[in-house]
Amino acid sequence: MRRSFYRLDRSGLSLILDQLKHRGYTVLGPKACGNALQWRPLDCLEDLPGGLSTLLAPAQYRLQTGSETCLFGNPGGLDSIKAILHPPRQTITTIRKAGDQLEISQETPPAAKLAFVGIQSCDLAAVAALDRVLLQNGEADEVYSANRANAFFLSVHCTQSGPTCFCASMGTGPRAKAGFDIALTERLEGEQPEYLAEAGSSLGAKVLEEAHALPAPPEWMRQSTEATQKAAEAQTRKVNRQAARAVIDSTFEHPRWEQTAKRCLSCGNCTSACPTCFCVNYEEQSSLDLASAQRVRLWDSCFTLSFSYIHGGSIRLTPKSRFRQWVSHKLARWQDQFGVTGCVGCGRCIVWCPAAIDITEEFAVLEQAAGSAVTAGGSPHGH
Amino acid sequence: MATSQIIAALAHHPFLDGLQPNHLDKLAMLACEISFEPDQVIFREGDPSSFFYLILSGRVAIEVAAPGRFLTIQTIGGGEELGWSSLLDQVNKQFRARCVEPVCALAFDGPRLTAEFENDHEFGYMLLRKVLATVAERLRATRLQMLDVYARKSGKGESGQ
Amino acid sequence: MSLLAAPPATVKRPIMQPAVGRVLQVVKETHDTFTLNIEPPPGDPVARFRPGQFSMLYVHGVGELPISISGDPECHDYLTYTIRSVGQVTYQLVTRQPGECIGLRGPFGTAWPLTEARGKSLLIVAGGIGLAPLRPAIYHVLRHRGDYNRLVVLYGGRSPRDLLYRKEFAAWGMLPDTQTLATVDYGGVSWRGHVGVVTAMFRHVRMQPDETVAMLCGPEIMMRYAGRELESRGIPASRIFLSMERNMKCAVGFCGHCQMGPYFVCKDGPVFPFTQIKPYLDLYEL
Repeated sequence: MRRSFYRLDRSGLSLILDQLKHRGYTVLGPKACGNALQWRPLDCLEDLPGGLSTLLAPAQYRLQTGSETCLFGNPGGLDSIKAILHPPRQTITTIRKAGDQLEISQETPPAAKLAFVGIQSCDLAAVAALDRVLLQNGEADEVYSANRANAFFLSVHCTQSGPTCFCASMGTGPRAKAGFDIALTERLEGEQPEYLAEAGSSLGAKVLEEAHALPAPPEWMRQSTEATQKAAEAQTRKVNRQAARAVIDSTFEHPRWEQTAKRCLSCGNCTSACPTCFCVNYEEQSSLDLASAQRVRLWDSCFTLSFSYIHGGSIRLTPKSRFRQWVSHKLARWQDQFGVTGCVGCGRCIVWCPAAIDITEEFAVLEQAAGSAVTAGGSPHGH
Repeated sequence: MATSQIIAALAHHPFLDGLQPNHLDKLAMLACEISFEPDQVIFREGDPSSFFYLILSGRVAIEVAAPGRFLTIQTIGGGEELGWSSLLDQVNKQFRARCVEPVCALAFDGPRLTAEFENDHEFGYMLLRKVLATVAERLRATRLQMLDVYARKSGKGESGQ
Repeated sequence: MSLLAAPPATVKRPIMQPAVGRVLQVVKETHDTFTLNIEPPPGDPVARFRPGQFSMLYVHGVGELPISISGDPECHDYLTYTIRSVGQVTYQLVTRQPGECIGLRGPFGTAWPLTEARGKSLLIVAGGIGLAPLRPAIYHVLRHRGDYNRLVVLYGGRSPRDLLYRKEFAAWGMLPDTQTLATVDYGGVSWRGHVGVVTAMFRHVRMQPDETVAMLCGPEIMMRYAGRELESRGIPASRIFLSMERNMKCAVGFCGHCQMGPYFVCKDGPVFPFTQIKPYLDLYEL
């Protein structure tokens, strides 16, 4: 569709939120909660973390007071929306025993109408990746479909990059290319931020028009592109994604896996923080009288020993093999399975790894070993 | 069995697959037809190694004595060889060979055969290559068998919950 | 951005929701292995399977497991599973009494290439419990005997008392154009059959490699060696098929547990052509 561009000030943005609520959406956005930015229902723009900034480094996350007045800074410092679309704990079926019969009832989640305000390009790419797994992979996951089907994405292009971001090299940011209904560029010229709003869907355009948004000055578009380009250029971490499959394929036995696995705690933080890790386990939870049982779906992690267990033992016995499975899946096997990369370059695994294991650093070592150290991982925009 | 029949049997024996006719003739001169009844013991553990056999039909169990019983390590059937240790110097039989079915075989006197290998190195080389291939195959099979791949493993059982 | 709603499927049970099946019969095969006949709901699609596919069997209060279907694919009255009791769920499955209910989902996964194998000879190589997923293929061949040339079934087990379907196996061997050979790793005094690994049986097989399709199921080590050995005996890798086992929780590619390199064994497998799976069989802890 042809994209239209609008300008919004703070009250205009506020009006958009009201529009969404009026249309029956539960509006969610990043909120400072438990010393981190997490997705929570938004009442008003004041709920957004204006004046707060995240300090990110390997194995380090701090939420601190900043001086800026922008509402949507903090690239890479925001929780992913995976926990909302693909909940960490979900009852799937309830099975009751009645005599020698079994009565099975499906716990169908209610169809949700969720609007995500402030979602970044890496996370839009992550949603597209999850769509491939949970919607377009033969069967459709019922829980994910229910949460996903009516989702509205009011995204924000990143005009700054976090120190752990590498979306530019993964081709997923910092500018959102698709998947949004409205994409904002936050502009800080005066005292209060202003917004360039770009409709990405007819619904997005409609919402903007209903908020009586005015057309944006043409130079705003150029400035927005320049700003995201600058953010891309500022990224110091990268993964050569074009070479990723070949590198992973040729380094299966490389000693680096073992060296790094010695630091790895197999804690699974990376898989929890990762916006595309989708693995789950199904557990049986019985009532005390054993009359009723529930099949409960829980997030699982390929870092656990039981993940690959078959009669006789676990396939991936060593932390090395589990670490290798995770990295290989993210950077290479996902391509084979779903045609897209499983890593969107959000950098969360780097931040949340207690041992400060950095996937980009690991890849660089393997790439050098594979002897295919091609420089560019695509242009900064990942075209 | 006439010599011509022995030559034909040798020519069709998988163990000798691809051997030159003059070598087959040489073998035929040394071969002696022999048959065994079920449960008949062809050789015992500790016997001096004397005969090398090409099994034509039937099945032989290679066994080892354990207190109170015999364990079968392997069975050998038609198309296979038995007793390659007779081609080595000064080695006694390490296992017992017992027929589990009526067995028809061609027997070769080990010392005579090795003497012929000495006489005709090309003949000896060709035959020992065949023996080596068999020994390698037996070794591989034994290694696999040692793994006990069908065993019920220790551990907590399957992971289903 | 919202998604276009997919056209609603005809009334269909949610994919994770089991159908309720009733245990008809439990037959003891060996000291630790049992065959269960389960009656599915009348006309339920859970009963329509192709040889090589598996179901997810659920025991109330205990859990769910993937189990290969081991019965006749043309029998829709009940489903047959041969289960070795090795853990909590399998133990609970084999100790069900006739009349009790269990949950069934499926069938799932790829099947043995029986259509592609028409007009050719079939070499079936089974190890241990691996004969169970191959038995539906054997039943299919026996029902459509004219469609295939020779049928050879090689079966390796730990010891004579571990061999499954012994009477049936002996009966197959009596059929025309059919050869069966069983071998064990540990033979007792009364065992008059072969002792040795199943790969050692290939030399006793009478068939033409250039018109043979091989189907393998058993411990992974056995399949790896058997696959290589068959290749060296002239059967191209593209005509060798094997059935893989991995941890499976969902059977539809959602749970991620069964990944093996680029494959989800639950839906890309369990039956794979050797050409496809061979590069990954040699990678330890893949």
